[in-house]
Amino acid sequence: MNISLVHYLVVAAILFALGVFGVFLNRKNVIVILMAVELMLLAVNLNLVAFSYFLHDLAGQVFALMVLTVAAAEAAIGLAILVVYFRNRGSIAVEDINMMKG
Amino acid sequence: MLISALTFYFFAATAIFAGAMVIFARNPVHSVLFLILAFFSGAGLFLLAGAEFLAMMLVVVYVGAVAVLFLFVVMMLDINFAELRQGFVRYLPIGAMVGVLLITEIIVALASWRGGDLAAPQSPTPPVAQVGNTHALGQILYTDYLYLFQGAGVVLLVAMIGAIVLTHRQRSDVRRQKIAAQVARRKEESVAIVKVQSGSGI
Repeated sequence: MNISLVHYLVVAAILFALGVFGVFLNRKNVIVILMAVELMLLAVNLNLVAFSYFLHDLAGQVFALMVLTVAAAEAAIGLAILVVYFRNRGSIAVEDINMMKG
Repeated sequence: MLISALTFYFFAATAIFAGAMVIFARNPVHSVLFLILAFFSGAGLFLLAGAEFLAMMLVVVYVGAVAVLFLFVVMMLDINFAELRQGFVRYLPIGAMVGVLLITEIIVALASWRGGDLAAPQSPTPPVAQVGNTHALGQILYTDYLYLFQGAGVVLLVAMIGAIVLTHRQRSDVRRQKIAAQVARRKEESVAIVKVQSGSGI
């Protein structure tokens, strides 16, 4: 019943795949896409912490801390852009975001 | 050992269930609440891996700040939720395909992976009995990784300024007191002496 590194990696892989799945699935709601990105970052953090634990190296946890910081900044900026976009267009559907014709 | 294994499976199952519900929940408010559950389960997994400081960080920063920010935005935007679910079935096949492909790739990579000879740890974890996790993290974060730490501070500052600049707006339909204009008023432009002839009025 010992929990090995592979156990953690499998959980993180499933969470990451769920995040990617969510980005593809929700073509109408940008908020859910942002949440799926947060889920993927959580999976990455889980990987880093698991490797840090099983290799006895604290550097992984320091890096997870940095990922946490960047994720918080990304959420703040993303939601700010979302609020401004909703104020201008009155919609947050992904399909409506085509002002730049990219 | 059995208790910790059972705890691991419990937290892992909860995290995966909550992660799935984030994507499949009909109401975005429920999505945010399931995201909070996923973060709590992730914090439990961190605790099991000995990363106590990061677990507390996840609960305080993510559940306390980021998830509540999501909740605010979801409730602030007035959105027709029924309309948002359209196209869900249309994108299900390609989404499922990409998801299954990704997880297959990860499993294949994981199955063929063998942990080889590793270099010596860059920052070895000190024995837990002597130095706690938070203490050990602080000892390397403020010495070896000082520039990284300062860089994280700059990233947060830029994010804060960016969010304020993006969402701040000057509304033209609101009348505000202009104190500078009031103070700068001169006698010549505000007072006029008018000679009034008696009996005629102004």
